[in-house]
Amino acid sequence: MLNRFMQSRLRGLMVLAVILFSLPVFLSNPFHYELATQMAIIAGTVVGLNLLVGFAGQISLGHAGFFGLGAYFTGIMTGHYGWSAIPALVVGAILVGLIAWIVGRPILRLKGHYLSMATLAVGFIIAIIINNERQLTGGPDGMPVPVFDVFGWELSPFGTYSLFGIELNGSEAWYLFAAAVLLVAVWLAQNLIDSPIGRALRSVHGSEVAARVVGVNTARYKSLVFVISAVYASVMGGLYAHFQGFITPAVASFDFSIVLITMVVLGGMGSTMGVILGAVVLKLLPQILTHFQEMEAVMFGLILMLTMIFMPKGLLPTLQMAVSKRLKRRAGGQQ
Amino acid sequence: MNALIEVRGLDKAFGGVHAVEGVSFSVQAGQVYSVIGPNGAGKTTLFNLISGLYTPTSGEIRLNGESTARLEPNQLAERGLCRTFQQMQICMNMTAIENVMLGRHLKLKSNLFSTLFRLPSLLRDEQACRQRAKELMEFVGCGEYLDTDASAMSYGALKRLEIARALAAEPTLILLDEPAAGLNATETAALEVLIRKIAVQGTTVMLVEHDMKLVMGISDHLLVLNYGRVLADGTPAEIRQNPDVIAAYLGG
Amino acid sequence: MLSEFLQYLFTGITIGATYALIALGFTLIYNASHVINFAQGEFLMIGGMTTVSLTGMGVPMPLAIVLAVLLAGVFGILLQRFAIAPAKQADVVTLIIITIGASIFIRGLAQLVWGKEYHVMPNFSRDEPIRIFGAVLNSQSLWVLGVGAVLVVALVLFFTRTLIGKAILATSMNKQAARLVGIRTQLVLMLAFMVSALLGSIAGVVVAPITFTSYDIGIMLGLKGFVAAAIGGLGSGVGAVVGGLLLGVVEAMTAGYVSSDYKDAVAFSMILVVLFFMPRGLFGAKVVERV
Repeated sequence: MLNRFMQSRLRGLMVLAVILFSLPVFLSNPFHYELATQMAIIAGTVVGLNLLVGFAGQISLGHAGFFGLGAYFTGIMTGHYGWSAIPALVVGAILVGLIAWIVGRPILRLKGHYLSMATLAVGFIIAIIINNERQLTGGPDGMPVPVFDVFGWELSPFGTYSLFGIELNGSEAWYLFAAAVLLVAVWLAQNLIDSPIGRALRSVHGSEVAARVVGVNTARYKSLVFVISAVYASVMGGLYAHFQGFITPAVASFDFSIVLITMVVLGGMGSTMGVILGAVVLKLLPQILTHFQEMEAVMFGLILMLTMIFMPKGLLPTLQMAVSKRLKRRAGGQQ
Repeated sequence: MNALIEVRGLDKAFGGVHAVEGVSFSVQAGQVYSVIGPNGAGKTTLFNLISGLYTPTSGEIRLNGESTARLEPNQLAERGLCRTFQQMQICMNMTAIENVMLGRHLKLKSNLFSTLFRLPSLLRDEQACRQRAKELMEFVGCGEYLDTDASAMSYGALKRLEIARALAAEPTLILLDEPAAGLNATETAALEVLIRKIAVQGTTVMLVEHDMKLVMGISDHLLVLNYGRVLADGTPAEIRQNPDVIAAYLGG
Repeated sequence: MLSEFLQYLFTGITIGATYALIALGFTLIYNASHVINFAQGEFLMIGGMTTVSLTGMGVPMPLAIVLAVLLAGVFGILLQRFAIAPAKQADVVTLIIITIGASIFIRGLAQLVWGKEYHVMPNFSRDEPIRIFGAVLNSQSLWVLGVGAVLVVALVLFFTRTLIGKAILATSMNKQAARLVGIRTQLVLMLAFMVSALLGSIAGVVVAPITFTSYDIGIMLGLKGFVAAAIGGLGSGVGAVVGGLLLGVVEAMTAGYVSSDYKDAVAFSMILVVLFFMPRGLFGAKVVERV
């Protein structure tokens, strides 16, 4: 039984790997690669956010705050203080985790709309600080971020690299790196979900009362998942900063928080592959909608509303249900 | 002899309404102890107080001699108290067996590192946990549902699943809140057998139940509540002959 | 010293009254349907922008205001009918995303019709500003406060004296029971959204001469209204008014005495502090979880 379970877990991961690594066939120019790399990094963030929202059932409308903190911490440490990227990412993640723990303890006692309000406030406060501490962050104008490096070895979108004898340009190399990071992020998230800790987290969503009477310290688990999702955001924010080479307070903005939570809900709360799809769709949609020019916002709002009204469970779960229903009907027809 | 549960002068008021008022009793280890009374008598409130979901307005509950006043439900679970609910509390976002495995939460070491990297030690523990959960599901009679989504199960099966989850915690005291509600005669008979099996294993059972035949058959001791107060307290034989109880139940 | 303080207080109370009206709109919809309407700010925008553009076309201001408020009311009804009602089984977060989608949609329309520029609206009356101990009270501030007070009284009367108001209250308390006694709950919900939109748009009109107005003014104002509602306690009318005024005053004081850069940060910190000590806001109802 357990074997079968593991196989299904691995299958999802393998499908994702195949898609990620065969995607370059369809990517023809650096702009495509840039978009795909951004998608992978943001998808990684959303996979972490989904642990909090989809599995533990706790809303966060301020997650971009943690993404922004990660991005700016890395930017400041590598840019102003000459740190190497890896230690900056790691220390940043630890700090953001700590902040999330300190903030999370009191606010996670709140429920429903009060929790969304509190997380929104936390995100806003972070964004305002980033906007106003000009000496460190460059304020609203943003700041440049040095090239990503692994203790001296640099990964630049403008370099050339070779992997197993294949020549890669910088944007291709960055894409492969981001894809690999996403795979690891998904693997870790799946490991977490399918474990005693994961069950405890999901029980907080399923029935908090049941969780408590079987001995789950719900406050601790809520804090834990809040910290984990913040660390995900921090690391991905750091990578994003290096990839872009320039960051503005938009990475920590309320708008971006809303984009992140929308990706989760649109793709399918509680479905890891679903939220990745959500990230892809929401990142692609504006690209497609630019054809509508000034109608872009109207179309975007309309599509968002209609999708959520008619597929409240999100894209992937709704698709899966439709497919399994059809399969069942077909099986029924044959009998 | 020390009682497993000792309740003294327990009071719970919602606004001005006393749902439980001046209730005192004690439960000895190994008993099947039932709480009966008409709707609104305060039975479920009493269970919510004992399991730590409500804080008493006044009065005291002792579990194994220790006051539970400052204990959260999860801390009570650590001390061997587990329960089921009249309004079932099943995690509908999980499969049946995962619900039961959740019940073993306190028996599992949860280390973030071994979880994230899925180390062999974790896998071994999980396998053992799953095995135990499976046995428990068979024990309560829903062994055929293992990997079914909880949301797809029937009412009766969910009721038994909830008992399995409570048992998975290996409690010394299990609180069952109307386990027979909504069950048909066959299911109720199966439930009676199940409760007996639980009691035989040495687990103390507290029961809130309306099915008098079931209650009278399996209880060692009964507590009758009426309008939040204790109306009577005794063995099934004593209760059956208590004039107050007869009056209350026959609408005197 | 005193004049400075009074000046900040006047500014705070004026903007606070606006927040209070937005918060009341939130409260109304929240009570009737348990939806947090992230499109609430757009009603303000519709009110302000429509008035500006109609007066620009030569419509007299009073008529322009009436038409703007009616238009917002129509949007309120449409929002309930076509976005909220069809999604009745949806999760809390899903409903939030739906209202966010609606607000993006409405904002997009506004941008299409009115462009991205800021628009200036004249004060309602040309009266001289009033001076009190050296502080200046703008005549438009008096309009905001006066209209705010009238609306609050009107709301109280609406809910306590009219059948429709009572029907909304009944529906918010127990939908099923309301239906059983013959209240058409679907209609009532539409009404609640409409009244909420009317409130929001009136707030948008009276505050427009002070803040200016543009297609995206609703985002921040709507959020502030949400903050005010949460400080006061979701679902509490008194809380909405107190929360709004408190938020406005604290903001103005911070901007005046500390730094205007951090005025929003203080607003958002305030909500954290309030919720830390009172998880259901200042006037939120205490509920016992039933199990």
